[in-house]
Amino acid sequence: MRTLLSLGLLKGVIAGLAGTAVGMALTMVVRSALGYPAWQPDQVTLAGTLVGIPAYLAGVGAFSAWWGWVLGKGIEEPGGHHFWGWTRYFGADPNHKVIGIQYMATSLVVIAVAGIYQLIARLETSQPGLQFLSPDTYNSLMSLHGIMMLGAVLLGVSGMINYLVPLMIGARDMAFPRLNAFSYWITVPAVFLLLFALPAGGFDTGWTGYPPLSTKAPLGMQLMILAFYLVGWSSILGGVNFLATIMKMRAPGMGLFRMPIFVWTALATAFLQIVFTQFVGIAFLMVLLQRVLGLGFFDPAKGGNVLLFQHLFWLYSHPAVYIFVLPGLGVISEIVPVFSRKPLFGYRLVALSSFGIALQGAIVWGHHMFTAGIEEWLRIPFMVTTMLVAVPTGVKIFSWLATMWHGKISLDTPMLFALTAIAVFLVGGLTGIPNGIVPTDLYIHDTYWVVAHFHHTLFGGFVFPAMAAIYFWFPKVTGRLLNRGLGKLHWALMTVGFFVTYEPMFWLGLNGMRRRIADYDPALGLGPMNTVVSVAAYVIALSMLVFFVNLVASAWRGTRAPANPWRSRTLEWQLSSPPPEHNFPTPPQVLGSPYGFGIPGSVHAVVTPAGGAGEEKGGLGRVSSG
Amino acid sequence: MRKHWIAVIALTIVGAALLALLFLKVPLVPAQAAKQAAQIDTLLTVQLALGGAIFALVMVFLVYSVIAFRRRPGDTDDGPPTEGNAALETVWTIIPLALVLSLATYGGIVLRDMLRPPPGQELVVKVNAMQFAWLFEYPQYGFTSPQLRMPVDQPVLLRLASRDVIHSFWVPEFRVKMDAVPGMEKHLRITPTVIGNYQVQCAELCGLLHWAMRAPVSVVDGAAFQQWIAEQRK
Repeated sequence: MRTLLSLGLLKGVIAGLAGTAVGMALTMVVRSALGYPAWQPDQVTLAGTLVGIPAYLAGVGAFSAWWGWVLGKGIEEPGGHHFWGWTRYFGADPNHKVIGIQYMATSLVVIAVAGIYQLIARLETSQPGLQFLSPDTYNSLMSLHGIMMLGAVLLGVSGMINYLVPLMIGARDMAFPRLNAFSYWITVPAVFLLLFALPAGGFDTGWTGYPPLSTKAPLGMQLMILAFYLVGWSSILGGVNFLATIMKMRAPGMGLFRMPIFVWTALATAFLQIVFTQFVGIAFLMVLLQRVLGLGFFDPAKGGNVLLFQHLFWLYSHPAVYIFVLPGLGVISEIVPVFSRKPLFGYRLVALSSFGIALQGAIVWGHHMFTAGIEEWLRIPFMVTTMLVAVPTGVKIFSWLATMWHGKISLDTPMLFALTAIAVFLVGGLTGIPNGIVPTDLYIHDTYWVVAHFHHTLFGGFVFPAMAAIYFWFPKVTGRLLNRGLGKLHWALMTVGFFVTYEPMFWLGLNGMRRRIADYDPALGLGPMNTVVSVAAYVIALSMLVFFVNLVASAWRGTRAPANPWRSRTLEWQLSSPPPEHNFPTPPQVLGSPYGFGIPGSVHAVVTPAGGAGEEKGGLGRVSSG
Repeated sequence: MRKHWIAVIALTIVGAALLALLFLKVPLVPAQAAKQAAQIDTLLTVQLALGGAIFALVMVFLVYSVIAFRRRPGDTDDGPPTEGNAALETVWTIIPLALVLSLATYGGIVLRDMLRPPPGQELVVKVNAMQFAWLFEYPQYGFTSPQLRMPVDQPVLLRLASRDVIHSFWVPEFRVKMDAVPGMEKHLRITPTVIGNYQVQCAELCGLLHWAMRAPVSVVDGAAFQQWIAEQRK
């Protein structure tokens, strides 16, 4: 019981609920005093969250170190911790590996919830006719599925980067460990807000939240906006941390062109996070102000402009797609050479292609608005910039193929997921061409074609690579191997389930199936194909169930993993599994490429093994006493 | 060495041809009912065939490599240490660049044709979208109707407006769509070419009953249209 009460998460939730109640009560008192009805959902809940979230963060302990510094108490050194075992995962802990696991676990929980939402909504569209969901519930489930999945992807991306980047560049931790803990802990109230959104009336705008609809949607909309804001804040702070870490904390000899590709993709991701997130923050802040205070940003009657939101929204949300997929493509670039036993083909071009994608991704947002009524001539330059994204993406795909050519390929589970990711991402890219070319987009925009297209890019760019990453690095993280048979079963079910779910959606879209509809005209004849899609979606869910069983069972009882089960060359594999609390007792000396497979005498780095005084193995359940 | 290249090139050609055949022969799209639809379908088929060829190329290399270059049991050696090939890397940067720029040019030409006002008089219909219905106003004739009726082969200019939130006008058989945005007027040009009954459906999520926001659209011959106009104006 005492252990439970010492958990930062629990203290945070109690403080957060108390703070929310205080904020709501104060607003209601003020409103009554001014002669208004006490209850106005948008204003009262906004005030509640504005008090509740800082209270929650204080309860978690996210401010403790800074507060101690203000009081002149001195700062506890990160890692000099009295936390033992599992409890440190439920409080503010500055260790990047702990934070990486926290992000990843949160991401998986949110993916599960968002997946269940859509499994329910999907059942409704299996046949024409409204069967068991009200249109309202359908809209809310579909909208929450979208925004929660994207939030989960951001969390997953942060998880992978947090855990891997310091290890891969030979650093002891991130550049700003306490800021790192703060960045994670502000995402947790976002998850709670999203979970509350459904009982608070949901919202019917989809994840894009276009006004004017979003200015009129139920209270759930506002909770979604606040959650978006918190996750965005976390993303900016995370980006600052990744950028500083990669630029300043590399081990001696780790020149930029000796970094693993995953680190390159993390760098490009950090750039996108820092530069673009504030645009969507502003966009949603304007919606919030219109809802709460009646400002007229998007109300033509008050001189507002409806399309302004879409510009600001996509100015972030298109680059966000590359925040979602670049780290995943980085994972593929790590895995393919290891399981082909060959150097990554065209390393420099692959490294730079991430920046090519990031920079081009910044100037294509208008392609989401071809049918929205932007200037007619403006569609041409956006079409051209959009098409150009194919070039750096093609570079990556061709380089993976050339890496495999004449290699010695073994199909372990991580490699299987990486190969499926390549195929899926390729289809996502190719089916994006008709979306990018204006006349065909006028046809397929806002149909199931688009739904199928972006699920290909997100499954190919994030889900399958993240699964590959988990199967690849799980032994490093936990010191245990994942079950191989269950892993392959997961892969087989998920691959088949994916293709049978999403390929028919292209046909559905071409034949009149609009996206985000609770029901459709039986005369369109789309019922049978929709049934196929629904059944296959449940196969994906089944594969995830196998995955979760494997994760829990293997973390509990899996075979002990050696330090380097895949014979990889990057730095994290030269450490024990799990790695020591502070990674490298002395900075490793980096001498060459991380991918020098088969090159006689090639060495990536010299790592002095851990084991000096005061260093114990850290990781799940064990920690240095410092 | 050579046999691998011959095998993958042959398989790629076969795969690309099969996919192209699939996209040409299997009916993927609904019937065309507007002049704009024909151009868009051709453009789409070109993109699908090209995409199919690229898909075949990548997948043949991938699957072939997995089979032909699989690691034999007990073999713990590394593969040949090829780190890159500047010429090859230039080729696979330049060729996709040329391909996508050609596609963008082709798309631009089709778009220009679609946007160009047709010669002669256009029928103007003001489309008023609202949660969750459509109203069609015929300013040249001075009446409003809950259904959209157009004479065949007559260029039509739709002037789209919305009373509340964003909606989108889409008739799958006409292919093209355009949003109806509050506070603005957006234009869409359609020349219906086939007599028949269709349905306009709202394509932009507009709230609770978005899925049900549909209205009948019919394309009739010129005489029938004139008769309908006369009835409406009574």
